[in-house]
Amino acid sequence: MKTKRVYEPTKGLTERALSYCPGCTHGIIHKLVAEVLEEQGLLGETIGVASVGCSVMNYEFFNCDMQQAPHGRAPAVATGIKRVKPDKTVFTYQGDGDLASIGMAEVVHSAHRSENITVIFVNNAIYGMTGGQMAPTTLIGQKTSTSPEGRNQLTTGLPIRVSEMLATIPGATYLERVSVHDPKHVRLAKKAIQKAFDVQTKKQGFSMIEFISTCPVNWGMTPTDSLAWAVDSMIPYYPLGVYKDATKPGDDDA
Amino acid sequence: MGKVLMKGNEAMALAAIKGGCDAFYGYPITPQNELPEYLSKHMPLQGKVFVQAESEVAAINMVYGAAGAGARVLTSSSSPGIALKQEGISYMAGSELPGVIINVMRGGPGLGGIQPSQADYNQITRGGGNGDYHVLSFAPESLQETVNIVKESFSLADYYRNPVMIAVDGLIGQMMEPVELDQEINEKVSPEKTWAANGESAKRGKINKIVSLSLDPYELEKHNLKLQKKYHEMIANEQRYESILTADAEIIIVAYGTMARIARTAIKSLREEGIKAGMIRPISIWPFPSRAFKNLPTTVKTLLAVEMSLGQMRQDVVLSINGQLPVEFYGRAGGVVPEASEIIDKVKSIIGGHKNEN
Repeated sequence: MKTKRVYEPTKGLTERALSYCPGCTHGIIHKLVAEVLEEQGLLGETIGVASVGCSVMNYEFFNCDMQQAPHGRAPAVATGIKRVKPDKTVFTYQGDGDLASIGMAEVVHSAHRSENITVIFVNNAIYGMTGGQMAPTTLIGQKTSTSPEGRNQLTTGLPIRVSEMLATIPGATYLERVSVHDPKHVRLAKKAIQKAFDVQTKKQGFSMIEFISTCPVNWGMTPTDSLAWAVDSMIPYYPLGVYKDATKPGDDDA
Repeated sequence: MGKVLMKGNEAMALAAIKGGCDAFYGYPITPQNELPEYLSKHMPLQGKVFVQAESEVAAINMVYGAAGAGARVLTSSSSPGIALKQEGISYMAGSELPGVIINVMRGGPGLGGIQPSQADYNQITRGGGNGDYHVLSFAPESLQETVNIVKESFSLADYYRNPVMIAVDGLIGQMMEPVELDQEINEKVSPEKTWAANGESAKRGKINKIVSLSLDPYELEKHNLKLQKKYHEMIANEQRYESILTADAEIIIVAYGTMARIARTAIKSLREEGIKAGMIRPISIWPFPSRAFKNLPTTVKTLLAVEMSLGQMRQDVVLSINGQLPVEFYGRAGGVVPEASEIIDKVKSIIGGHKNEN
């Protein structure tokens, strides 16, 4: 009997087992980014920048050149790389504590300079790696290990909407917020990643895809409940969609 | 090109270009601004990279990124700015990346002042950032010596795969002096950067990673011991100093950078008065040139550390002489530059003390 191979793992990931907790969506997002790099033929000429947080060790997982950045500095590290290697593909992979808190200046200024890099921004509304502390993206009322009574707007402000904020920056070329809570949205998320790397390949400037993600362990929920909470609580505050598309009309045809 | 009259900061910028610098990332701070200003014009003319970063922290992390991609990279700053850069410098040391950092020192602590100072000595030679690491550091005294070291530093950084810091005080940055940019220098041969994460994994046939993280303490210890081996190689090979009139000296002044220039004037006057003063001038401050203190003539009764700081370098002199001679101290702080007469008075008071003892 003849067998036909209909599916195989992407070459964009190494064979190392992922270090993520069960039910976390980092794995899906890794796979999507890796597939796009492979499918667009970019893998062998890409430099990825890992950040600090749960995804700190993703230099072990992405099958391309990688550099591990200090906390929050990934867009600055990527800027340094891209300016001396303008023809290579450069992406950062950052969580919400890394990007929206300690690294806010770096991502804002990279967008402002319209650095021709792609930022993969994974927002799960909490600091996962350090044990579930409040992040700038934590929702009002959400209980974390440093907001045990729930996040209080009066003392900690409102959660930061990064995509909306960066959309006000002229240098930001493509910004989209996606989710990976079901197969339909996984497919849409992949399209967004394709678009972002396409923007970079065409040297059109700064692109960022924000992913609504989950943290079952630190949210204290099962993986399925986490996905439901992402849909019911996070997406209403962080609506999905394209927040900025400054690519020229007709660019999509290429 | 012969000798030209240049301001220190601009001469260092031009020397960096001549040293093969591919990219500069920096942030404005006094008293080093003429350096990035010069490069902002001349790097693009040469098809090279100049980026004014949003912060000192971003600048050093851009350096970290570009160095990881295999480029010859420079940043410059001044004392409080260098304090901010320590994060990236530690990462560069940890992941063994070359890079050159020029520090045009000013008074501290905190925001301090903007006048010349040497108060970064501990910040430079004692690490500054986290972890067991060292930065190869030079503190030249003239513009000629400065430009030669800036040019050479790129190959030294590549050779050791380690950051190199050029520490001058604000006076050297701001003064003008005739300088020859094309003097022959001894450059180390830079090994090919086969380790660079430069986006050539397809060509190379394997992926490269620039990482300083190691969660296994035994692995991290092994990495630290490997780094130590490199630092010991630097200690063996990179101690640089000048010994001036030490052969018959009764008192030896230890001074570097601008302070050494002033000490030269003081020594000339003292010698004219019959006081046998000499000088050891450290050129490398890490590694400290302890070798210069071995086998000093028996005529030497005292060492005198003179600094534009309050006894930071003196500690290394004490360690180097290891109790064999007393180590006196004279220094001014906060951006005050000592006059030669102050050093002369200090030397005379020490010598007078010797006479009273006799």
